[in-house]
Amino acid sequence: MPQQVPRLVVLFAVLAVGFVVARQYLVPDTFGDVGHYRAAAVTAIVAREKSYAGHRECADCHDDIAEKRLASHHSGVACEVCHGPGAEHAEYPDEVELPAPRERGFCPLCHRYDPSRPTGFPQIDPVIHNPLEPCMSCHDPHAPEPPEVPEECGACHGQIARQKAVSHHVTLACTTCHATEEEHKIMPRLVRPGKPVDRSFCGTCHDEDADSPETIPRIDLATHGEDYRCWQCHYPHYPETG
Amino acid sequence: MAGEGGRVEAGCGPPVEHEVDRREFLEQALRAGLGVPILLGVVRIQDLAAGEARQEGYEPSEHYYGMGVDVERCIGCGMCAKACKTENDVPLEPYYFNTWIERYVIQTDGEVVVDSPNGGLDGFPRAQSEGEIQRTFFVPKLCNHCEDPPCVQVCPVGATFTTEDGAVLVDEEYCIGCRYCIQACPYGARWFHPEKHVAAKCTLCYHRLVEGLVPACVEVCPTGARVFGEVEHRATPLARFMRLNEIQVLKPHMNTKPRVYYANLDGEVR
Repeated sequence: MPQQVPRLVVLFAVLAVGFVVARQYLVPDTFGDVGHYRAAAVTAIVAREKSYAGHRECADCHDDIAEKRLASHHSGVACEVCHGPGAEHAEYPDEVELPAPRERGFCPLCHRYDPSRPTGFPQIDPVIHNPLEPCMSCHDPHAPEPPEVPEECGACHGQIARQKAVSHHVTLACTTCHATEEEHKIMPRLVRPGKPVDRSFCGTCHDEDADSPETIPRIDLATHGEDYRCWQCHYPHYPETG
Repeated sequence: MAGEGGRVEAGCGPPVEHEVDRREFLEQALRAGLGVPILLGVVRIQDLAAGEARQEGYEPSEHYYGMGVDVERCIGCGMCAKACKTENDVPLEPYYFNTWIERYVIQTDGEVVVDSPNGGLDGFPRAQSEGEIQRTFFVPKLCNHCEDPPCVQVCPVGATFTTEDGAVLVDEEYCIGCRYCIQACPYGARWFHPEKHVAAKCTLCYHRLVEGLVPACVEVCPTGARVFGEVEHRATPLARFMRLNEIQVLKPHMNTKPRVYYANLDGEVR
């Protein structure tokens, strides 16, 4: 056997053993047990403390409020949305108390009118909506209802109301176009307001022969806009000028 | 041959006895050096066999999580961003967010104005846009927990990884703070922890999942704009959400296969 072979064998053996040994030291414990990562890292993350207990935990003690809330318009609003993180309170109910926000600034976080908010979400202008009155004096946050059935549709449909207020349709009541049963105000999703279904409805004001003030723009209902219905091109809550 | 031999001699310089001495020295040194690490190595292997302790009663392979976001329902109240910072001890400075809310204002002149003051944590002041608003909405954002996460691919040490149940996590102990993953994330969902000096991100509130709770942001979302659940089972809130809505993901062309599914997403959202 040439002299080089045993030397190379020794050299490679040393390298191989060195690699294995170095790997033992450099690759951390539990690396590769589950995947290409330290399984102990998952254990460490799992061990993190939680701040939010979750609404089911609240219901264990406050079942009356939980039941009330679940039947209300706030059924999807978990307790900790308003009362803040409650894991500590759940563990030490007597020592740690949770805040109950009563100031006027809190409810508008969700209910202040904002054009970016979806249509139909109940929004108010905090500046003009019963100023200085805390929200709770009229609305129960666990079962919010308007103290009186709203007279104005804008109480809930703020976005539409505000657009209409600056449009040419400002003088029209919502009910001119939307036949609405009283019950819609109490059960907004079960009893829905009506909508015009055909061109002739808009034609009652805008047709050439319509019996309406002369300042209202007129079109020939027979030829204008072909087969389209009016609201496919025009937005009735904010009709285009020109 | 003579020339070569001469070159070797000339190159090595020292007499023959010295050359042998060095070789012997090296051989002996290597022989002596071999034994100790092998012994130590055996000890370390025994350490490894001790294995890891995992959360009892929770089997990651039985789950595969995702999140649904209904843009139509988001009211931009910022509760999710606030709850996330509380739950996960995220520094309060306005640079660090696991989740945040963006406000899109699309003007009639076609200009798109996007802002996210303090991540939407304190709500949104009135839009200061110059032009007339054509449409406007809020978009909650977070780590997409991609099926093919670029951040995991680029990590040089394996400190960021995808768990069996689909959460992309960071190993804080093992992260070397090189920030490659922060660069690689197409969604800007990662940030550098100013005190721990490691990469940080949304964990899907993994510590809550193993207890059967939903992530903090989902818990506190008052309008149900965030839906959490199993991707693959049929009867879960998320599966229903994905059946009943037309679903889009952010930046599909990146082929990251995100697992945050958006409903009613505007084409302007990036």
